[in-house]
Amino acid sequence: MKEIHELNLAEDVRYTQDHEWARLEGDTVVVGISDFAQDQLGEVVYVELPQVGDTFDKGEEFGSVESVKAVSELYMPVSGEVVAVNEELEGAPDLVNKEPYGAGWMIRVKPEDPAQMDSLLDKDAYLEHLKGLES
Amino acid sequence: MTASQGTTGLILNEPLLWERGKPGRTAFSLPRRDVERKALDPRHAGPGPDFPDLSEVEVIRHYTRLSQWNFGVDTGLYPLGSCTMKYNPKTNERQASLPGFAGAHPLLPDELCQGALELMAHLQELLAEVTGMDAVSLQPAAGAHGELTGMLIFAAHFRNKGEKRTKILIPDTAHGTNPASCALCGFRPVALKSNERGVVDPAVVQELMDEETAGIMVTNPNTLGLFEENIQEVAEIVHRNGGLVYCDGANMNAVMGIVNMKAIGVDVLHLNLHKTFSTPHGGGGPGAGPVCVTRQLEPFLPVPRVVQEGGAYRLSQDFPLSIGKVHAFHGNFGVLIKAYSYILSMGEDLKKVSQLAVLNANYIKERLKDVFHLPFDRPCMHECVFTDKKQQAHKVTTLDMAKRLMDYGFHPPTIYFPLVVHGAIMVEPTETETREDLDRFIEAMRAIAREAQEDPERVRQAPTKPKLRRLNEAEAARRPCLAG
Repeated sequence: MKEIHELNLAEDVRYTQDHEWARLEGDTVVVGISDFAQDQLGEVVYVELPQVGDTFDKGEEFGSVESVKAVSELYMPVSGEVVAVNEELEGAPDLVNKEPYGAGWMIRVKPEDPAQMDSLLDKDAYLEHLKGLES
Repeated sequence: MTASQGTTGLILNEPLLWERGKPGRTAFSLPRRDVERKALDPRHAGPGPDFPDLSEVEVIRHYTRLSQWNFGVDTGLYPLGSCTMKYNPKTNERQASLPGFAGAHPLLPDELCQGALELMAHLQELLAEVTGMDAVSLQPAAGAHGELTGMLIFAAHFRNKGEKRTKILIPDTAHGTNPASCALCGFRPVALKSNERGVVDPAVVQELMDEETAGIMVTNPNTLGLFEENIQEVAEIVHRNGGLVYCDGANMNAVMGIVNMKAIGVDVLHLNLHKTFSTPHGGGGPGAGPVCVTRQLEPFLPVPRVVQEGGAYRLSQDFPLSIGKVHAFHGNFGVLIKAYSYILSMGEDLKKVSQLAVLNANYIKERLKDVFHLPFDRPCMHECVFTDKKQQAHKVTTLDMAKRLMDYGFHPPTIYFPLVVHGAIMVEPTETETREDLDRFIEAMRAIAREAQEDPERVRQAPTKPKLRRLNEAEAARRPCLAG
């Protein structure tokens, strides 16, 4: 398992305390889980994603990720409607481990209120949050 | 340390049955035909299943070789926490195979199976006595089935009272099947966070317990191997608000004959006969998950129930409030015989079983807590939970150490469960291990902790001695091969 200083924490995304990330791309938000989350989970074997068209509130569960160790819930970083899901993950769930911020993305959301992005943690704040978990 | 138990030995490879055999080989002969020859109904004709043609010796060697790859409690220590993989005395198998029991047809009329019915009635009484509960149903086939039956009883109770309750509180240290069992009965599970001592906090229950909540489903002892010390206070709060208390009794091995479940406020309890009452269960069954209830809930127990009238036993359906049948015939009857035989052969020593199970777990906990991080440093029940925190600096994980334990000749403990503990290593030695075997296990664990510091790569490469090295668990889950 990685030490905190070994983690790859992308600069161009915002984080939740539950270890999802969200990246604003045009008028949509792409969502996945952080390098810390994938490292803690271990090898991901299945990702359960919602249907396109589903809507969720911020903090609501939108799916789950199953690793050899456990099943963990996925929570919405912002409220909105799911406009795309990463269908690649069905055949290749290991993308979540290999490229958590890239090919391992999970859903694309049309946010209800893009300003909700500001309430999420930036890289430094997320790093502080992770250090808090250590102690 | 004394010589390691684990050595390498000649283990024979064995292909799949489909890769063996030649067309025309056979290993059986049909008995003499004693009925008229008749043409087969065309609906039943067609190509047969794809079975290989094998000789008797091929079949025998195949299964004998596979059995030699096995590791079970008859081979060595099997400290799989939460599973109670205790040694099952062979006398129980002998009783279960008595021809009068083993050959009895489940459709026999009551008057021709008085012995079997008497055994069921008496086993129910014994289980009620061991747990302190009032009435018992032997029908459920396993632990989760017992939970489901218990939740159906909850639902029937509230329906009977004309109350609509939709939620059930479930602590984060409960068994993973609990939320599923209550959801199947239409209840919504509400997670309860345990406190810093690893048990349920009555204040949290007080806060969440309202008139929409049907009660609480608590595993006691819980999955951290800790006794829910506030259970009486929790039960009072739940009862005061009109709710019921369900106890998952899968961990009963720690408290047999010691805790009176009714006295601490439990309304429904299930037992796992295949864990606590000595039925082998490593192969996945069959099991038995009897449900024990208070007098108040007895009318809802599944039917048919054994009743005694004028010195004879019979099965009665006459319980109008019953939730109905939850299993064909009488449950897994063979398991019931083994539990009955176990309880009778242990007698008063049944209590000592629990005392020794708890003593053994605490012995291991005390002897290992200086080398493995112990998240809850307090007396445990029948199992203790360590983590890999001290080994993290050397990049050695719980999984690595579990695999390394195989090289020392032990079955690995439960790992990464309970989920509330990060990197959990959950050890349940059970009561039947000798002091020497416990010491050998402790020495092996200490040796692994040393290796993690001095030669971490060796631990990461484990196991090296079993027939197969480390299996690719992720690939097995992602792309399982289920065909022959």
